[in-house]
Formats: sequence, structure tokens, C-alpha cells
Amino acid sequence: MTATAQKNIRNFSIVAHIDHGKSTLADRLIQLTGGLSEREMSEQVLDNMDIERERGITIKAQTVRLSYKALDGETYTLNLIDTPGHVDFAYEVSRSLAAVEGSLLVVDASQGVEAQTLANVYQAIDNNHDIVPVLNKIDLPAAEPEKVKAQIEDVIGLDASNAIGISAKTGLNIDQVLEAIVTRLPAPMGDRDAPLKALLVDSWYDTYLGVVVLVRIIDGVLKKNMRIKMMGSGAVYDVDRVGVFTPKLVVMDHLGPGEIGFLTGSIKEVADTRVGDTITEEKKPTAEALPGFKPAQPVVFCGLFPVDAADFEDLRAAMGKLRLNDASFSFEMETSAALGFGFRCGFLGLLHLEIIQERLEREFNLDLIATAPSVIYQMEMIDGSTIDMHNPADMPDVVKIKEIREPWIRATIMTPDDYLGSVLKLCQDRRGNQIELTYVGARAMVTYDLPLNEVVFDFYDRLKSISKGYASFDYNITDYREGDLVKMSILVNGEPVDALSMLVHRTRAEHRGRAMCEKLKELIPQHLFNIPIQAALGAKVIARETIKALRKDVTAKCYGGDVSRKRKLLDKQKEGKKKMRQFGKVEIPQEAFIAALKMDD
Amino acid sequence: MAGTAMLDTMPADDASAGGFGVYVHWPFCRAKCPYCDFNSHVRQSPPDQARFVAAFRREITHTRALTGPRTAGSVFFGGGTPSLMAPETVAAILDAIREAWPLAADAEITLEANPTSVEAERFRGYRAAGVNRVSLGVQALDDAQLKALGRMHSVDEALKAVALARSVFDRVSFDLIYARPGQNPQDWARELSRAIDQGCEHLSLYQLTIEAGTAFEKLYSAGKLIIPDDDHARALWDVTQEVTAACGLPAYEISNHARPGAEARHNLVYWRYGLYAGIGPGAHGRVGTSGERRATVTERNPEAWLAKVEADGHGILSEEVLSRPDQADEMLLMGLRLTEGVDLARHARLGGAPIAPARIAALADEGLVALEGQRLRVLPAGFPVLNAVIAALAA
Ligand SMILES: Nc1nc2c(ncn2[C@@H]2O[C@H](COP(=O)(O)OP(=O)(O)OP(=O)(O)O)[C@@H](O)[C@H]2O)c(=O)[nH]1
Ligand SMILES: C[S@@+](CC[C@H](N)C(=O)[O-])C[C@H]1O[C@@H](n2cnc3c(N)ncnc32)[C@H](O)[C@@H]1O
Ligand code: SF4
Ligand SMILES: [Mg+2]
Repeated sequence: MTATAQKNIRNFSIVAHIDHGKSTLADRLIQLTGGLSEREMSEQVLDNMDIERERGITIKAQTVRLSYKALDGETYTLNLIDTPGHVDFAYEVSRSLAAVEGSLLVVDASQGVEAQTLANVYQAIDNNHDIVPVLNKIDLPAAEPEKVKAQIEDVIGLDASNAIGISAKTGLNIDQVLEAIVTRLPAPMGDRDAPLKALLVDSWYDTYLGVVVLVRIIDGVLKKNMRIKMMGSGAVYDVDRVGVFTPKLVVMDHLGPGEIGFLTGSIKEVADTRVGDTITEEKKPTAEALPGFKPAQPVVFCGLFPVDAADFEDLRAAMGKLRLNDASFSFEMETSAALGFGFRCGFLGLLHLEIIQERLEREFNLDLIATAPSVIYQMEMIDGSTIDMHNPADMPDVVKIKEIREPWIRATIMTPDDYLGSVLKLCQDRRGNQIELTYVGARAMVTYDLPLNEVVFDFYDRLKSISKGYASFDYNITDYREGDLVKMSILVNGEPVDALSMLVHRTRAEHRGRAMCEKLKELIPQHLFNIPIQAALGAKVIARETIKALRKDVTAKCYGGDVSRKRKLLDKQKEGKKKMRQFGKVEIPQEAFIAALKMDD
Repeated sequence: MAGTAMLDTMPADDASAGGFGVYVHWPFCRAKCPYCDFNSHVRQSPPDQARFVAAFRREITHTRALTGPRTAGSVFFGGGTPSLMAPETVAAILDAIREAWPLAADAEITLEANPTSVEAERFRGYRAAGVNRVSLGVQALDDAQLKALGRMHSVDEALKAVALARSVFDRVSFDLIYARPGQNPQDWARELSRAIDQGCEHLSLYQLTIEAGTAFEKLYSAGKLIIPDDDHARALWDVTQEVTAACGLPAYEISNHARPGAEARHNLVYWRYGLYAGIGPGAHGRVGTSGERRATVTERNPEAWLAKVEADGHGILSEEVLSRPDQADEMLLMGLRLTEGVDLARHARLGGAPIAPARIAALADEGLVALEGQRLRVLPAGFPVLNAVIAALAA
């Protein structure tokens, strides 16, 4: 069996730090090669989810096949994968990289190398990619392409002498990028005559097509009507259709080695497909499966409950539907004394959590309460057993616990020198251990080990705010370490609100407790009576605030002309009430739950 | 569709529950007070009153068709500044009203008046026209404060107008605005006692409200006008209740105080959720025949109203049939303003969702409301936080 180059194919992903212009570059590449007409084009056309368009970020990697007539007169097939930049979706990047041979490394020439630039380019290097550095946004007055080139060489150790300066916005030098893809990236290898061996890159549910599986063919040919086998799961399916996205769906007869495309078939559910699995032909299987990759692991957990308990079944249905398209979040039923029936859900990070919550609320018209996010703690019990716990409500009796361990991360933060002091203070306050501090020109690069539970809630927001948006951040989980962790409860009007309880480090408990009580005092509206708010460790109150009873709230004048206005006000109050949840005598607004966790330090 | 029809109708017996009155709006003022968001307009040249009388007449005829035959227990000339009307104008409008709706023998006919000397000169004329009660906008008993409120009269002038009114009319009321910037409870108690000493049977005491779109609002949002905070406003409220109750003018509504029996009957129609015709620019009505209750609103701009009436015979811009639950809400919102409270049986008849006993009990525990049989009343501690009490009951 000899692997031959599929000479006129180039497969590559576009990687960069968040917002450096990957999706905009993808737009230009699609446009210039004629994948979409002028009329069909829109900005960041691959970001097709509402939430992606609104937030201006990519969440899901997208693959497009382009046809390009190069200067050498030959026509090439280019398979482009646009990837997300946000750290929560790093998993999307890693599996995309495994499907291609090269990467365009996009760096914003006005900002330079950032934390995710590093994280993503190192992943590309690990995947043995050939890399074409691209300096984007050179139309901006603040662009400093030469300085950024030097950075790429110094920090990453990549030859940037032939980096291409472009503007994805204006279209400047995109032709050079296309030529570089053809001349500087390798053609895929693969044996057309070998048994089918394909990598399952992604899968999702489409209302018209059913389950769609994105594949990269390594060897052999995938054909319509073929009976395929998933080597990991052992499942066998019949293929109905194969094709590609240009980005429009185009049905093909077959896909050969080096090609990236999709298949549909007798697969019922997305859950039946495992990203990273090897697909082969049932009757003529390949000998060896691909190494595959580790499934995405949720790292942040929280409870999601309907504000109106009657919506529980709707929530269950909505979760099931969403999960069809996003296998990276998990959910299982949970009951809470105060909140009733809901789900305990796992997410890749806080942005992922916010996005799922927002999609549930928007696409399924639900109002939800999210409980305090938690990481997974390991409890080693006196009796020798170990328990993984991610819900403070499941906290065992402390006398039975021998040791609690919490996940730690290694974080890389890049920041302009001006903000270094505040960044170090933030990390220090969050129990961090400094590992390294280096400089890249005027930018400092710090490496810290931090407990994940200090990072999940609001670390990223805080970092952005203390650095006026200039600091960037990347992390990966390293290990579990013992910690002096205690369960902190929040009592509102004397009643514990389990949705707000959390595990905190003993040294941080008072600070967090005080911050939560103060926040809740702002977030819970005044009632007709005084409401004490307390943070407690066991029976010991460590912080306390009181929401004073309303003193005056009455309309002075109300005559014949004011009735309709007053009624509309009451209607609005009724609507508002639907977004509140009653805890004993107190009504807590839905948004208070997440907001209470965001600290101002 | 029987179900919907049911919901839209008013129980036949509810039409008489709160009485029937006629409201007439006169939309002009000599100057715009900086706190006021009423439908009032200042014009260079005086309006052609004869033309307005003709228009009022036509609108009255039109509205009569919406109310069906009814006897009016009250008429109220409000504004703006109705005391800028010539007594003949008032007389002509009253004639038109009488033609449309017979007036009860003891009908209360109130006119709102600004207490300047010019306007006081017309009091006898109003009396001759049929007016038997006046309500004067005194607002403050402190010249500097009157100036700050943009008023065109002095304390002296206002009190003379009150005295004159008392000699001309059997029933006189006046308005004060309190919880003014920098006002302290002692000063207010003194001012209020002096007001009570004028011997009127009725007082309206309003806490200053910053209304959207007023000059005060601009100052307020710019931080240039500071009004008492809630604690302070509450202290002023408490003083108001003590002083008036001690002097025999207890509150019967949030901002209205009267000797027992001297309540403003016209305003009681609103609070008891009766029916009322709204005549003139920007007037609101609750009208109905054959069991329906409709909310009417007329064009606010005086000239546009005039043109519309002359073209269409009325100035009504919207006529909304109120659903039964909406009627029940309105009845509750208005009725709980009164110390007499509301009848929950009527609330249920109107189609209101039953108020959970636990909600009432929780408020009763706090001493904010009391339930006796089917009558739900707000207690003195509940009035200053009435909006929250109503939300706790019905939202
Ligand atoms: N001035 C200028 N702005 C650009 C250029 N390229 C992209 N942008 C802008 O930069 C912002 C981010 O662009 P995207 O293409 O969404 O960035 P991205 O890297 O795909 O972002 P994520 O997917 O969220 O990581 C958008 O507002 C673009 O309009 C450029 O060449 N010049
Ligand atoms: C229709 S208005 C005025 C009648 C008459 N034009 C006058 O000014 O004397 C009725 C009363 O509402 C009160 N009022 C108007 N605006 C107010 C506000 N913003 N806050 C408190 N009371 C107000 C005043 O006491 C006023 O006398
Ligand atoms: S308070 Fe009276 S006089 Fe002043 S603008 Fe308003 S309606 Fe006119
Ligand atoms: Mg993008």
C-alpha cells in the first residue's frame, strides 16, 4: 500500500486568537474563489447561528470546500476550516486541526500575539502542520506588521519572514494568501486503493438531512450506498448521501483520499456518532483505526431550573434538542428543595454555559434560573472511597471526608506592561502561584497555576476590565490538588437558598460571602419587610446584609385619566413576577443567581 | 365565541356600583407649571370659547350614545385651568350636559380654579352657572415655595381666594403639594395646620411627583433638583396623617382628606370604579351600555381636538372594550386607594382571578391590609407602600 499525494487538494484550518479576523478572512476566501455570489455573501457568513452573529464570535468550527484556479494554471480544491477563538471552544480547534495538514495562523497586526494565538499555534505544531503566518488588519492605523513579525519569531519560534500582510476587511492581498495555500501547504497523502479509512470530525442534526457526519477521508473512497462501520462503537450504517459544502450543500458520487465532506445515512442520533472515531467499509475494513481524540470534558457544572415550575417538561425537550447539535454539554435530572425539578448540566466553560442558557431561553422561549457554577471536586472519604462531586447540594457530611481535592489550571496571560501589576494582584488574590514572567516587547507574559474554582465565575470578566480589554488568557487543566474547601451557604430571610451555595477555599470564604451578600442586596428588590441576607459556613454566619423594607411607594394622584396607565403598570409587574422565584416570603429575580457570583473585588 | 363575549361584558349590576359622573377638560393655562404633566397648553391669544362650547356640545351628544341614558351624580370641570373659562361657557356646557344626562337633584358640580385674584372675580358667575363646589390649586403657603413651583399667585392672594370661595360656595377644597425640596416635617406640620385653619371641608395633599417630560424632571435628572428620599418622604407622610386626623380631616383616599360626608363625590366615582363620560381634549372615560365597559381617550391637542370634533362629531381617538379581568384589575387598583377598601365579591363578579388567601394573610400579618368578610381594606401602614401592596396581591 503506498500513499500518494492527492496533488491538487489543500486542507487547512484558520487559527487565531479571538477576534483576530478568522471568519472575515474565510469570507474573503469564499468570495474570491466564487463560493458564494455577491448577493449571497454576508459578514462572517460561516457564523450562521443567531448567537454567533449577535456576539460576533465563532462557536462552532465550519468547513468549506473551495475551488481555486492558481497562477500555475491548475485548479485546486481547498478545504478550509474556520475555527473559534474563545478558550471554551478550544476543543473545536483541536479536532479541526486533526483533519487537515496545514494552518493559516492569523495574527491581528494591531494587537500582536495573544494567549490563544500561542495555544492554537502550538496545537497546530503538535499536529505537524505546515503554517502560513498571516498578519491581518494592516488597514488599521495602529497596525505594526514588522513588530508583530518579530514577535511571531521570538515568542513562537516560527519563521515569519514571508508572513503575508493582509486586510480581511478590505480584501487586500487575499490573492497572495490563496497562492501561499497552494504553494506552501502540503497536499494530503492517502491511498485510493486501500480500504476506507476516514476520520469522524464532527456531526450535527439538520432538520432536513437528519444526522450529518463530517468526515476526512484518509485512505480509500467513500461512496453512496456503501455500508460503513464505526470502528470505535462498532455500529454499522448505510450511507444515503455523500457531499461537500461550498458552503452550499453539493451532493457528490464519492469522496476520495484527502477530501473533506459529509455523509448522511441510517444514523438516528448524533449521540450514536463519536467524534474522533474511525469510519471504514464494513465488508472491507481497514486494519488499524486512527488514534482518535479524547472526548470534550465538561469542566463547569450548574443547575438549570425553569422559573416557572410548569415548564419543566418543555425544558427537558429543549435540552434534548440542543444536545443534538452540541454533544459537548451534558445534562441529567436534578431536584432541589427550593427550585423543584431541573437539570444538572456540564459545560466547557462559562461562555459555553451562558450560550446554552441563552439558546434555551431564546430558541425555546424558556425562562431559566442558573445556579452557582461549580467545578468537579474529588472527595476522598474516611472509608477509602472517592466521590466526584460537582453539586454543593451533594456535599457529604464533613466528618466523613478525609480530603477534598480541586482542579488546578495552568494559565497563560498576556498583558501590556501597564496592567501587569493589577493582573498579578488578581492572580494572587485568586490563590494563584506564579510560575513564570517573561516579556515580549512591551507585553508581559505570565504563567500562573490557579485553582479552577477561582476562575470559573468571573476571572475572565475581571481580567478584561482591569486591563481595559487588552489582556488575553488561555488555560488548560493540569491536576487535582488538596484544598481547604468548605461549603458556604447563603440564607435569604433565614432560609438557605441552595442554588447559591458553593464550595470555597476557607481563606476566601469571608471575602466571597461578603461580596455575595452585598451583591444580593443590590439585586433583590425591596420588599414590604426587612430581609436579612447571610453567608454561613455551617451554623457560623460570616457575612450579613439587610435589605430594608420599602418605606414609600405610592402614586400620589390617581384619577379617571390614570386608570389605564396604572393597569398597564400592573400588567408589567405581573410579567416581572414571572421572572422571579419565590423563596419563602422573598421573591428573587432570575438574573440575580448568576449576577450574585460576579465579584467586583 | 360565546366565551369571549362573556369575558368582554360587564355584569349588568356593575353599572350602578360606582355611580356615574361627567368630566370636562379645559386644556389651557396662563403658564405651564414646571412640575405639571397634565394636558395643559399655553396660548398667545385666548381661545375662541364659543367655538369650544359648540364642540363640547357635539362631543357630549356623541358620548351620550356611548353611555346610554343615565343620571349624572356629578360634573367636574378639570384642567388645565377651568377658571379661565367665562362663566357663560361653563353655563352653556352644563346646559348641554343636562340635555344629555339628567343631573341628580343633589348633583355635585365642581370646578378647578387657580387662586389668583383675576379668577376669583368669576366665582359668583360660576355659582350662577350652577357650580356648587370649587377646588383651588393653592399648592403651598410660602411665597418662596410658590415661586419655585412656578405659580402666578402669592400666599396672600391664594388665601383671599379661598376665603372668597368659602363665602360663595358651600363646598370648597384646595390642593397643596408637599415633600418639596428641602421640606422638613416641622415646617410642613405648621404649614398644614395653617391650611386646615382656613376651615375648608376638604383638602387634597399631594406628595411632589417628578413626572416624565416636565421641567422638574430635567432638573431632577441633572441633579439640580433634590427631592426628599423615601425615608424622609415617609416622615412627611406620617406627619400629614397625624395632623389631618387630629383636626377632623382624616384621609379617605391616598391624597384626599375630608370631614366625614364631605368627600369629593365625583372622584369617588373613579375610585369606586363607576362610569364616567370624558369630554374635551385628552379626557378619559369609562362608558358602557348593555353590559360593556369601554375605555375612551380623546385627542390631547386642543386645536386638533377641535378640528376632529368639528369634522367627526367627537374627539375620541380610541375606544377599547375592556376585558373582564382588566376591569377587575382596574377596580382593585382604584378601590384600594380608599380607606373603605373594595368588595372582593364584586372583584370576583367582574372576572378577576381570585386573590390567593395566603397572599392576603401574608400582608395582614405585616399589618398592611385587613379582610373583614368580603371587604378588603388597606390599613394605614399599607397606604404609603400601596403600589407594592397591590403588586403583592394581584401581580
Ligand atoms: N479593520 C479591520 N477589521 C477587521 C479585519 N478583519 C476582521 N476585522 C474585524 O474584526 C472583528 C472580528 O472578526 P472575526 O472575523 O469575527 O474574528 P474571528 O477571529 O473569526 O473571531 P472568533 O471567531 O470569535 O474568534 C470584526 O469586527 C471584523 O469586522 C481587517 O482586516 N481590518
Ligand atoms: C389638574 S392639577 C391643577 C389644577 C389647577 N390648574 C391648578 O394648578 O391649580 C390638580 C392638582 O394636581 C397637583 N399636581 C399636579 N402636578 C403634580 C405633581 N407633579 N406632583 C404632585 N402634585 C401635582 C396639584 O396640586 C394640582 O393642584
Ligand atoms: S398645575 Fe395647574 S396651572 Fe399649572 S400647568 Fe398644571 S394645570 Fe396648569
Ligand atoms: Mg470567527
